[in-house]
Amino acid sequence: MRRAAPFLLLAVLPLAGCQGWQSALDAQGPAARTLADMFWIFLAVLGAVWGLTMIALLLSLRRRRPADADPLATNPETERRMIVTTSIAVGLTLVTVIALTGLSYAAQKVLFARKDGALTLLVTGEQWWWKITYEDSQPNRVFTTANEIHIPVGEPVLIKLEASDVIHAFWVPSLTGKMDLIPGRQNQIQIQADRPGLYRGQCAEFCGLQHAHMGLFVIAETKEEFERWRDRQVSSATPPSDSHRQRGMEIFLSKPCVMCHQVRGTDAGGKVAPDLTHVGSRRTIAAGTLETTRGNLAAWILDPHGIKPGVNMPAVKLEPDEVQPLADYLEGLK
Amino acid sequence: MTRAITPDDLDAVPEISRLATGERGGLPGVRSEADAPVSPDELRDDQVDGPELTARLAKTWGTDKGIIGALSTVDHKVIGRRFIATAILFLFLGGLSAVLMRLQLALPENRLMGPDFYNQLFTMHGITMMFLFGVPIGEAFAVYLVPLMVGTRNIAFPRLNAYAYYVYLFGGLMVWLAFILNIGPDVGWFAYVPLSGPEFSPGKRADFWAQMITFTEVSGIAVAISVIVTVFKFRAPGMTLDRIPLFVWAELVNSFVIIFALPAVVTASATLMMDRLVGTHFYNAAEGGDALLYQHLFWFFGHPEVYIIFLPATGWVSAIVVTFSRRQAFGYIALVLSLIATGFLSFGLWVHHMFTTGLPQLGASFFTASSMLIAIPNGIQIFCWIATLWDGRPVFRAPLLFVMGFFFIFVAGGLSGIMLASVPLDTQVHDTFFVVAHFHYVLIGGNVFPLIGAVYYWFPKFTGRMMSERLGKWHFWLAFIGFNATFFPMHILGLMGMPRRVYTYLPEMGWGHLNLFASLGASLFFASFVLFLYNIVSSARRGPVAGPNPWDAGTLEWAAASPPRPQNFDRIPVVTNREPLWANRDSLPVVAGLSVENREQLVTTVTDGRADLRETTPEPSIWPFLAAIATAILFVGSMFTPWALVWGSVPLALALMGWFWPKPNTEDEK
Repeated sequence: MRRAAPFLLLAVLPLAGCQGWQSALDAQGPAARTLADMFWIFLAVLGAVWGLTMIALLLSLRRRRPADADPLATNPETERRMIVTTSIAVGLTLVTVIALTGLSYAAQKVLFARKDGALTLLVTGEQWWWKITYEDSQPNRVFTTANEIHIPVGEPVLIKLEASDVIHAFWVPSLTGKMDLIPGRQNQIQIQADRPGLYRGQCAEFCGLQHAHMGLFVIAETKEEFERWRDRQVSSATPPSDSHRQRGMEIFLSKPCVMCHQVRGTDAGGKVAPDLTHVGSRRTIAAGTLETTRGNLAAWILDPHGIKPGVNMPAVKLEPDEVQPLADYLEGLK
Repeated sequence: MTRAITPDDLDAVPEISRLATGERGGLPGVRSEADAPVSPDELRDDQVDGPELTARLAKTWGTDKGIIGALSTVDHKVIGRRFIATAILFLFLGGLSAVLMRLQLALPENRLMGPDFYNQLFTMHGITMMFLFGVPIGEAFAVYLVPLMVGTRNIAFPRLNAYAYYVYLFGGLMVWLAFILNIGPDVGWFAYVPLSGPEFSPGKRADFWAQMITFTEVSGIAVAISVIVTVFKFRAPGMTLDRIPLFVWAELVNSFVIIFALPAVVTASATLMMDRLVGTHFYNAAEGGDALLYQHLFWFFGHPEVYIIFLPATGWVSAIVVTFSRRQAFGYIALVLSLIATGFLSFGLWVHHMFTTGLPQLGASFFTASSMLIAIPNGIQIFCWIATLWDGRPVFRAPLLFVMGFFFIFVAGGLSGIMLASVPLDTQVHDTFFVVAHFHYVLIGGNVFPLIGAVYYWFPKFTGRMMSERLGKWHFWLAFIGFNATFFPMHILGLMGMPRRVYTYLPEMGWGHLNLFASLGASLFFASFVLFLYNIVSSARRGPVAGPNPWDAGTLEWAAASPPRPQNFDRIPVVTNREPLWANRDSLPVVAGLSVENREQLVTTVTDGRADLRETTPEPSIWPFLAAIATAILFVGSMFTPWALVWGSVPLALALMGWFWPKPNTEDEK
């Protein structure tokens, strides 16, 4: 963290706690670092302006006029001095504003400069989850996943942003600023992570009932780990080997789940909800809301509206003995 | 009676003597209506004097007793009082919804309420504060104070003004009734499409939002027109442009901003209604519509809206700073030009609300420059106020305390606004709690603190009694600490990644402590408003009697009785100075010659404020109230069927016919 002027200490102290997995000041990529640096510069300059104004205000409260003075009377000498002082203050404001505009413009050029990268993703905002498609020149290596983006460390990744229903905003603060996903338009954003890690993001544009639960993760890993992950994601789901999970698969395929969800390698081909081919390998379900465990999967299937009220997934009617096999099957889709 | 008057004569002869001797001159050598011989058998205010004059004028200008009389009144003070009370009522309702939101956010994964109710709450909070409090409160003060401050007897177009109040009231009641019935709007105060469109907001919730806009916009524009005409044509003789009080200048500029900004949002909400009601595709991307068009239209209004809320507050601040520093304003011309510059510049900033929509970079950076530029006129105003205090003898009464709070908070909010003006920085803080913190610093600092100061300041004028100073000081410190405790942590929450408009958050996000702190601060802030309400109610009953000018202020409203009589002034004052009561401490020069038996007002010229015409202004009438009801029926009906525009126009047309039915006034008969 940068040094800040002493009078800003009070304001800055709480900010020292801004280390977090979704903090704009905990920069983990070049873009976020530029932005965090800029924030501290702006804060120092503007904090100084605020401090000076308050000092002037405090000093102005001294009673300089005699008690019985005519309020209409002015002293030409005082008047002249005040005109000069306020003019200087306005001039300094103008200089500050121009300097900050220049700084902003320079940072904007850096931030929006597009570097060539090997990886391009298409992220589609849905109410209330993220559909993520890894593009590839070979059609059979294109695959779709949800709510979890893996990227190789140190490489710029281009993300195309679209929306299928309402406006959302893609925001992973520790990597870069946000960008809207707007129906009928395509925006682009570039992310890059300096070191391996888990970076959380969240929809930033109000998008309806479950705007609060529309999280996503960016997982930065080494090139080798990333390629391994990608190869696994490209492949279809492995059919379960034990009978318990096989029963789970049969339940899955016989229920309305298949109307919306896809599990590649089975007959489930729905495209309106998250692709579940490798759902067990993802850290969370329900867009960053619950950790992927058997218990959470079962809870989610039984009562999605208790967890995310208003969510588009209907509660599926299951027999009591169907819940565990189904959850086990899904959890096993690594 | 006329003779050619040379410009020299006009400067040499005070208008008072010319009017008193029957020589009413407008432009030199031009015959005007004011030169027409006065009817000999009509009683004029130079023929009676003292208590008799006061009583006769009060009868002529008074409001009838009874419910019909109350609903027919065209007295700007009665309408203004209702306007102010209604707007402050909505401030309390908006505050209550905010307190409920803070209760929900105090703890992570709080189950106090679900997203459906929470989304209604923040929408109601936003629209109540922006449309039912923020815009009307500035206009409400204008309705009450501008005619008094420019020295006339009523606002221009008083029936239109009464109509505007009822339309506003009905719009506010409609949307709050919808909320109570659990069908309140839940799409946020800017109701972005497609979320607010027919596909994603079935039902009538978004329609209540859109139609509430229509109500408040009709009302807002009507009042703005009344204020502009009052300032241009009804100023007391001698009140040249450079003698207009700063508050009146602020309200004048504000009214122009309203007139130019509001049509954009009416366009946005009307096209949204058409998409929802008759299946047009303005905003349906699948059919060639454009979601961003809506955002442009909305923010072309939405940014000036911020200044519509702020500009009247600069008027309150100017008035309070001048009175309590016991010195005339330093840099009057600079202050006026800053107001006008702010008004113009406010229309060139709207895209900074859309920096993350992927607009072309060059265009976006233009709006960075223009957004930062508005710091200049605002800086000039701040510096001029500080200079006025510097060379003055500040008197620390409650109004000035709240203005001090305004400086502390508003300057901080303005400076965090500089961060938002920068495209790159905005991509991090846009749509987060940082922005929530920023605009509450700007709007509460820039409007609510000055407003409370203004209530303490003008309360003696409104009611004739002083507010409790001791409670006022408690109130200030409670509000000041409560406000900062509530909103300062939100800056940090936003930087820590908390988006706005979330009904809850996960415990592992680490936002719990600051949110709890903010919620506790909100309870303090709310308590300060309870104290405010108590102070208002108890002081209105038992406060010390104020007299006409308890603060020894300089502007004309303090020349009227407290509370002012229906006619405001027994004789129209003549203005020789920017602060007439300071310049004429013994007795205020007045003009005479207006009718005592008719509602006659003195019309003056726009720039020089020379007496020009005697104009009768409308009598009380029930028709504006009936027209407002007919308007409400049309607006509410058209949420359900487009045919309401057809059948709904019939009662409205009838009401307007009643309103405008030619009725020869007594003067014409004579």
